[in-house]
Amino acid sequence: MIVTVIAVIFLLSIVVGRFLLDEGRIATNLTIRNAPPSFDHLFGTDWLGRDMFTRTIMGLSLSMGVGLIGAIGSASIALILGMAAATMGKMVDRMISWLIDLFLSVPHLVTLILIAFTLGGGFKGIVIGIALTHWPSLARVIRAEVMQIRSAEFVQVSQKMGKSRWFIAVQHIFPHLIPQVLVGFLLLFPHAILHEAAVTFLGLGLSPHEPAIGIILSESMKYLSSGMWWLAFFPGLCLLIVVRTFDTIGENLRMLIDPTRAHD
Amino acid sequence: MSILEVEDLSISFKQYTRGLKQKHHHVITSLNVTLEAGEILAVVGASGSGKSLLAHAILGILPSNASMSGTIKYAGDELTAARQMALRGKEIALVPQSVNYLDPLMRVGAQVRTSVKQGDAALAQRKVFERYHLQSDVENMYPFQLSGGMARRTLLSTAMVSEANVIIADEPTPGLDPVVILEALHDFRELADNGCAVMLITHDIESALKIADKIAVFYAGTTVEVAPVDDFFGNGEALRHPYSKALWRALPQNDFVPIRGSQPHPSALPAGCLFEPRCEKVTLECRQARPEMRNLRNGMVRCIHAT
Amino acid sequence: MRKGLNRHIGIFLLLKSVRMATLLVAICFISFLLIKNSPIDPIQAYIGADLLKVGPEQREKIAEYWGLDQPVMVQFFNWGSALLTGDLGTSMIYRRPVAEIISERFLNSFVLMITAWLLSGIIGFAMGVISAMKKDTWVDKFIKWYCYTLASTPTFWLGLLMLIVFAVWLGWFPIGLGVPAGVLAEDVTIADRINHLILPAITLSVVGVANVALHTRQKLIDVLASDYVLFARARGEYGFGLFWRHGLRNVALPAITLQFAAFSELFGGAVLAEQVFSYPGLGQATVEAGLRGDVPLLLGLVICSALFVFIGNLIADLIYYVLDPRIREGRMI
Repeated sequence: MIVTVIAVIFLLSIVVGRFLLDEGRIATNLTIRNAPPSFDHLFGTDWLGRDMFTRTIMGLSLSMGVGLIGAIGSASIALILGMAAATMGKMVDRMISWLIDLFLSVPHLVTLILIAFTLGGGFKGIVIGIALTHWPSLARVIRAEVMQIRSAEFVQVSQKMGKSRWFIAVQHIFPHLIPQVLVGFLLLFPHAILHEAAVTFLGLGLSPHEPAIGIILSESMKYLSSGMWWLAFFPGLCLLIVVRTFDTIGENLRMLIDPTRAHD
Repeated sequence: MSILEVEDLSISFKQYTRGLKQKHHHVITSLNVTLEAGEILAVVGASGSGKSLLAHAILGILPSNASMSGTIKYAGDELTAARQMALRGKEIALVPQSVNYLDPLMRVGAQVRTSVKQGDAALAQRKVFERYHLQSDVENMYPFQLSGGMARRTLLSTAMVSEANVIIADEPTPGLDPVVILEALHDFRELADNGCAVMLITHDIESALKIADKIAVFYAGTTVEVAPVDDFFGNGEALRHPYSKALWRALPQNDFVPIRGSQPHPSALPAGCLFEPRCEKVTLECRQARPEMRNLRNGMVRCIHAT
Repeated sequence: MRKGLNRHIGIFLLLKSVRMATLLVAICFISFLLIKNSPIDPIQAYIGADLLKVGPEQREKIAEYWGLDQPVMVQFFNWGSALLTGDLGTSMIYRRPVAEIISERFLNSFVLMITAWLLSGIIGFAMGVISAMKKDTWVDKFIKWYCYTLASTPTFWLGLLMLIVFAVWLGWFPIGLGVPAGVLAEDVTIADRINHLILPAITLSVVGVANVALHTRQKLIDVLASDYVLFARARGEYGFGLFWRHGLRNVALPAITLQFAAFSELFGGAVLAEQVFSYPGLGQATVEAGLRGDVPLLLGLVICSALFVFIGNLIADLIYYVLDPRIREGRMI
């Protein structure tokens, strides 16, 4: 519980921190370029004299934003398809399971590259790519959950009493799904962030003008051989901590909601 | 001298409830039984009364979150953890209840052979299979391929080949058809007649009565009565404890009267006699202290009113 | 009995192949449509920097040469029928047949992936076993923490760290490039290749252990709490012998299956590692094809990666089919 609270505070501070940071710190300032980490510049500066700490925080909040939109999209797809598979008959169920197989049969990263390529890269490509690649496992969970609720006694009774499908879905099934969807969403969120960073790193995601973490890391590659390790080390470490934090929050919430399945 | 003596055995489980609060579940409370060579002791009681844990405690294979007090003696000497480790599978053998106790990915012949402690394992396994009428192709089967009767005989075989002196059978006849049950009971009788001490843990009193020498009646984690098998007749008037009498009368071929109430949960045991909340003869005294086990008419009982 | 088994496997394989075929056709079709609708102009991608020198007539000729002037469905049909004869087209950036590039690069990637796959499988399995045997001790807690952290680690960042430490600071390995620059392909020795393989392989293995380790840990904990292990202990088995006889077999089967089913993540990891270490494999080719709009190569690589994943899944299923007696012999009774 304490861990979760600290984690939430940490993540909030990144989001809020973005607005508190001085934009001037990322302006080109050639007099302080290539400075290793110091008290003035916690994460050092880059070859243009920009403060890496400020760049990292901005990059993280951007990545979290992209990940958030992508993950919401993905969770929505999962919710719709999972419910459809469970309620709309055998044919639809089979089609959706085939669709899941289809998305699982190409490596995520390749699918992401393909979608990013189709949409010409940039913000749109990466968000749609993430939304389209991360839904299958959550869709399966939702499908199983809906199946279980549908066979529950209170739903059976409700059906016998002549309540409409719509009424049952809204009154009985949906409220039970909310915690599952929430946890599922929280668990796929860190993956979304990681994949966003990866695709951007490869050069197929956000454009080089955005201060994204993937861009920072891919730029740092050019300067590795000159020994500027801080360019890659701190931004990546921060990304790792953010992803790990979301994962912890998601896992803890899952344990809270469903203690029996906590060890899966 | 008794080959196995269990004195004052208590087993409890630690469980963490919300936060760091610990809760103790007393699954077995001050239990006493003794086992003689050449004799079958049937431990009978409703399911959930902690009977299996008795077997696990004797073998020293309790789960790690269980704590145990009291003493268990084998052939007069205390069974320490080290001694249990040395003796289990050699001198004390377990016959478990179902095919789930066999490794699902190992052929059953190989599993029986690992129980052989001395001599030619393959020969011993073949001999025991022959003795229990298991075809020679059974040894190459996997557990999931065995029928209920075959599984039972295989499990018995593992105990047989170990040449143990004490055999503890934990519900060895669940869900089997009557013919197979009868066959199983004969096998146990035969083992006892050959000098083994057999502890038959079961909820099936009728079957137990057919072959056992003594019956220990188990209730809420303790033995309330140990009686010779001959005392189970008529309306149970020869029995000592109110629970034994009620249990006997609850059998279909007797009065078929159910016992009111239900067994207390291990986390909420009554302070006095464990049977007190359901007992018809309950007095104020019963509620104050747990009665001790005492000798009575060639048996033992844990009730202050018993005569 | 043998004959029956073979027939069952035959039917099983057939069903799987039919399913895979429908999926592959769909993948081809969807990928084709996606790529055709991309804003990137394939002609421009082909011509590259010479665009200004090319007049409209020449453009049309090139479009005709590539068949780009025909309707999309016809293009797909042409491409699909060529695909069936093994002709994947010609790469625009390499100006060589796609099939040739893929087969050459696949070998490089395969060496990388198989090394990482074996290493991560063995180390991950061992870690899971140790963790489960020492459940709730600090060893277990450390391994669990490590695995969860690794699962959150960006592969490419780990690769960058490896580069910083081993190539820049220690100078043990070259920075990038699958083969040394300026050396002809024929002159590259095996030692050179291995030298370039080590860092990406280690990076991929380090990330890859998490999944197997956590899965094996949970599985072994379940097995150790099972009735049959209890009974084995009651028969006097203990310690390593007990694990060897009853734990290993029951845990190894799902672990191996999981490793094969993880081909998809392995491929994704390889794409990133190859990019960081400039390792000339499929992953790097995929990124380049995507960046520079090489449509035939990108399509070929999508299909190749799908086949790779499918083969992994098929092997995983087959292993269960052949090795698990409950499935193998259960069908014959």
